[in-house]
Parts: sequence; structure tokens; C-alpha cells
Amino acid sequence: MSNEIKRGLQSPLRRKLLMGAAVLPAMALLPRLAFGAGPPTAAVNTTGLAVTDTEVTVGILHSATGTMAISETGSIQAEKLAIEQINAMGGVLGRKIKVIQEDGASDWPTFAEKAKKLLVNDKVASIMGCWTSASRKAVLPVMEQYNGMLYYPTFYEGLEQSKNVIYTGQEATQQILAGIDWITKEKNAKSFYFIGSDYIWPRTSNKIARKHIENFLKLKVVGEEYFPLGHTQFNSVINKLKLTKPDVIFTDVVGGSNVAFYKQLKAAGIDLSKQTLLTISVTEDEIDGIGGENIAGAYACMKYFQSLKNENNEKFVTAFKKMWGDKTVIGDVTQAAYLGPWLWKATVEKAGSFDVDKVAAASPGIEFKGAPEGYVRIHENHHLWSKTRVGKAKLDGQFDMVFETADLIQPDPFPKGYQ
Amino acid sequence: MLGDYSIGDLGSIFVMQGFAGLILFSVYVLMALGLAIIFGQMGVINMAHGEFMILGAYVTWLTSSAFQHYLPALFPGYFFLAMVLAFIASGALGMLVEWGLIRHLYKRPLDTLLATWGLSLILQQTYRSVFGAREVGVELPQWMLGSKQITDTIEVPINGIFVMCLTVLITVAVAWIMYKSRWGRQVRAVVQNRIMAGAVGINTEKVDRYTFGLGCGIAGVAGSAFTMIGSTGPTSGQLYIVDTFLVVVFGGAASLLGTIASAFSISQTQSTLEFFMSGSMAKVLTLLAIVGILMLRPQGLFALKVRK
Repeated sequence: MSNEIKRGLQSPLRRKLLMGAAVLPAMALLPRLAFGAGPPTAAVNTTGLAVTDTEVTVGILHSATGTMAISETGSIQAEKLAIEQINAMGGVLGRKIKVIQEDGASDWPTFAEKAKKLLVNDKVASIMGCWTSASRKAVLPVMEQYNGMLYYPTFYEGLEQSKNVIYTGQEATQQILAGIDWITKEKNAKSFYFIGSDYIWPRTSNKIARKHIENFLKLKVVGEEYFPLGHTQFNSVINKLKLTKPDVIFTDVVGGSNVAFYKQLKAAGIDLSKQTLLTISVTEDEIDGIGGENIAGAYACMKYFQSLKNENNEKFVTAFKKMWGDKTVIGDVTQAAYLGPWLWKATVEKAGSFDVDKVAAASPGIEFKGAPEGYVRIHENHHLWSKTRVGKAKLDGQFDMVFETADLIQPDPFPKGYQ
Repeated sequence: MLGDYSIGDLGSIFVMQGFAGLILFSVYVLMALGLAIIFGQMGVINMAHGEFMILGAYVTWLTSSAFQHYLPALFPGYFFLAMVLAFIASGALGMLVEWGLIRHLYKRPLDTLLATWGLSLILQQTYRSVFGAREVGVELPQWMLGSKQITDTIEVPINGIFVMCLTVLITVAVAWIMYKSRWGRQVRAVVQNRIMAGAVGINTEKVDRYTFGLGCGIAGVAGSAFTMIGSTGPTSGQLYIVDTFLVVVFGGAASLLGTIASAFSISQTQSTLEFFMSGSMAKVLTLLAIVGILMLRPQGLFALKVRK
């Protein structure tokens, strides 16, 4: 009797245990069924990268803290989304991507240090990261010394090319020239006024824009002004704008200054539906802080807008909002950051190897048809062929695309006649 | 650059440029006032001043969102309530900080510098965790946007006029509190001689706490007002801190009049120079002039004569 009771008590427990024991290996097998079907590790990794039969490690290196977190948060989100989607499709060469995220903390030496840590200690196969040119310049020697692969998302001033970097944003001539040509024709513009923040990107971009306007279009630049980063008072320059009445105000002001500039422009009674303004530094991300009512009517010139109408973009926007919330907006750089993991995956699969040398060599010619901005392709100079678009800012903080180049524009980081 | 314009055009620009200078002046006074009180009366170098301002800005943003959601009919007037709430929030945080941190460091002025700097980093990260790393857009009621047309060619930004009025109001209020009220007398007594003030029955600890709270509260109001002209993000406070210290140090610590005089001279120099050269050069020349004057007059423009 007592034995039977015991057995009665024991048996369901025992059955559970047995079932558990039977399920355990099956569960352990599950990821192996999905990941690990690729070629043997010894064949795809001859340089001691962090690649196992089931996993490959990739680094994300952006500022999650400090002043640049405002901008870089979107890039981190896009890269994580891309990696999650790639993993859901079976990973890269049958291996799941494992992410190690490091924080550059808006401090350039920290970026270099963290890049070194990712390459030397973690032996990551590639790094998605950096945002400002200053952080990229700090990381570049590390990437070259320890032979890493960096996917850099921001539109930037050009004048750089490296075996170890893929630039997924536009360089300056790609971004600017088509936009200036369009606005000149559309608005019959004769004079331009440049306003920018005082550092390398606005200065280089404006130099290119000035050469183009003066030497190729034979028009006039009536003013060129730079303000220290973080400058918040623009009333004097706005008076100068009122005095010189340029046909086009061309701006590349960044950060908190950006918000102050547009708020004060609006307050000073400059109506952007009458005064043409072309910016290369305001994406949907920045409008969030500026406020749609302060910038509605301005034109922005870049390669991507959240409102682009194509199948890839609709899928991308839906997935992004599902992962990061309904209220998040997607700017040009966020989209470019999303390209990084996908381009890397395609390159690794073409090369049949994670080795950095092979990936770098296989990069030219890699295409990505699923890009939200449309088709992109890597050029020999490791920049992307891409279209340039002009959008008109609306009250709700989105852009209406008003112009798009017919063809992909060739990246030209060392433009002749513009230096 | 002046050759091609009519006298009328130039006159209008001259007037608008004058206004630009006055607006900059008001902005400087508003942001420096709170710091001047704390630095002048207590000798505490509050590196977290900018973060107290941004707390005010975030309170304004929260109020504006709340009004849009629950009381859309009263939205045009929300800004006034927001400023009061900003004052209360920043002032309360200020008093808390004084109680928890500053009062233990009164005899170690350099340590307060480090401690408040650490505090500013902590506050920045707190804002980032709570409100997100991205900047928030504070929506303004329609009447505060745009500009007022005075003549055909002269336009003055409404938010500039608003900041000017606010600055005058707060300056007068602070002057009254400091020089006319009983509490202000106590504050000045503590500044002149802490031990004697204590001996005649003034609760110096309480005076310290409220002075710090007042300074931070005014910073909050300034932050609230600056949502009209600047950005609101976790690190936006850093945009103001350098200019704020410049105004206070140049004016001479412990002097309300000095703060105003220094804000006036810096803002006029800056805005006039900006008109004739690029923004970066204007800043360089302004800073050079200030350094030069401070070398001749290290105590600043106006200094309180205290027997040390």
C-alpha cells in the first residue's frame, strides 16, 4: 500500500524527469539544426577570428552616452535590427551573428581604445560603427594596424579611402552636387549663402559646394559663415541674411546649434516657403528636436528619406517601428547603418570566408537589392554607388521627395577640381 | 558690403541688429543670474548649472505634452504654468543637492567644483535614461511663434521680446529679494560675515539652502524660456555653461549690477562683431577682449568690497 502510494507519487515526477531528459538534447540540437550547417570553421576562418561552427562575433561601436548619443542611437538600432533579421534568415555562412556592443561615449580616444579591444581581445570579424569623422579618424589607424573591417554609416566629407573601411553613407560630392544643380534650375537661383558649424565636414562640404557654384555653374556665393559647435545665437547672421537676400541659404549646421538656428530663423520672420533653404545636415532625426513647424518648407539633400515609396523601405520602416517603437523616426544615417550588416553578409558569402583580407578584396561589386533606399553597390573605392534625392520638409517632420537622380551616382572621395 | 543698399534698408538692419544685441543680452542675463547668486553669495562654483536649466526645459516639455493631451483648450497659456513648475522642480532639486552634497563641502571650494561637475554628468545620464538620448521638440503655442512687424522692413522676433520681458521681471524680482526683503538682508549678512551672522541669530544653514534653491530655480526658468530659442536634450545644458561662467566672472562675483553690466558688454560686442565677421572669429575676438580686461582687472568689472 505504502509502496504503491510512493510509486504513485514518484511516477509522474519520474515521467517528467524522463521527458525532460529526452527533450534536453533535442533543445540543445535546435540551434545546431539552424546554425552550423555552413562550411567548416577551419576553411572560413584562417586568421583566428571569433568564429565557431555556430557563431560569428561582430562588434557595434557607437556612442550610447555623451553628446553624440543623440545621433548615434538610431545607427545602433538599425544595426541591431539588420543583425536580428539576418539571424532569423539563418545567419552568415550558417553561423549566427553574436554582437558585442561597445560605447565610444562621444570621446574619440575612447573610440580608438574600444576598437582595439574589439579587434584584439574579442577578435570580431567586423565592426559596425563610428558616426563623426573625428571618431572615424581616431579608429582608422587601429583598423589598419590590426586589420579589421569597419562599416561606417555617416555621410561625410570624403578625402579618405581605406582597405579596412566600407563607407555606406555618401561622400560630399555625391550628396551635394546633384542637389545644388537641381535647386539652381528649379528656383532659378543666382546667389548662395553658406552657414555651417565650424569643423571639418561643413568646411570641406562648403568648399566643394563653392567650387561647384563658382566654377561650374558660374553663380555667386554671397556669404560663408561658420559658428562654433554648440553656438546658440543666430540673430546677427539672420540679419545679414535679410540684408543680402540670397536666393538660396545652404546650411550644414549640426547638433544643438541646428535647433537654435531654425527656431530663430522662424522667429525672425523668414518664411521657408518663400525663402529657399537647402540643408545637408537635417534628417528626420534632427527635425524631432527642431520641430516640424520651424523647418517646414526647407529642402534637404541626401540619399534617403523615411517617406520613400518602395517595397523595401515599407518593410524596413515597419520592422524598425515594431522593434523600436512607433514614435521613432528614421533618418539618412540610420538607413545607411542598416546597410552595413547586410553588405558584410553578402561580401562574406561571396568571399566564402570571414578573413578580413578576403572580405576587403571581395567588396567591390557587392550589391544589395533589399536596401530601403533602393539598389546599392560597392565601388572599388569602398564607397557606395547611390542615388541622391531632395526632400521638402513637412509640418509632421517627414520629407516629401521632390527630386531623385535618374542613375546611381559614382562615389568620388578625391574629386578633381574641387580641392 | 554696405555699398549697394539704400539708407532705409540700412536703418532697418541697424534697428534689428540693435534688437539682436538686446535679445542676446537678455539671454545672457537670464542664464547667468542663477549662477551669479550661487557663486556670488555662497562662493560655490556650480558646474551643474546647465543641467538645472535643462531640467526646467524638460519640465516645460512635459507640461506642453500634458496640455496637448488633456487640456488642448488651455494650450496657448501653458507656458506660464510651465515656467512656474520649472522653477519649483529645479529649485527643489537644488535644495536637495545643497542638503545632500554641497553643505558638506563649503570649506573646500575646489571640491565643490569637482562634485558639481560629477553631478552634472550624473544628471545628464539620468536625463538620457529617462527621456531618451534624442532631443525632444517642445511645441509652442501659435502666438509665441513668428515675428512682429513694426514697420515695412523692421521685424522683431516675438520670442525675443518674451525673453526680454521675462529677464526684466526676474531681475527686478531678484533685486527686490536681495536688497529690500528681510531674507535678502540675511543673505547679505551671511556673505559678509558668516560667523557674526550666526551669532546674531540668523540660521545660516537655512539661508544657504534657500539661496542655492533660488539660484537653481532661476536656472530652471531660464531653461524653460530657452526652449523657445534652443534645443532640449540631455547635453544641451553644456551649450550654455561656458558663456554663463564668462558673464559671471567678467562681471565680478557677488555683484548683481556687475552681472548685468558684463552681460551687456559681452552681448553687444559679440553681436556687433558677428555682423561684420564670421561667427567663429567674433567669438575669438570677444574672448580675447575679455581675457585682456580680466588681466587688468582680475576681480571683474564690479567687485564687492569685503574685509577679508
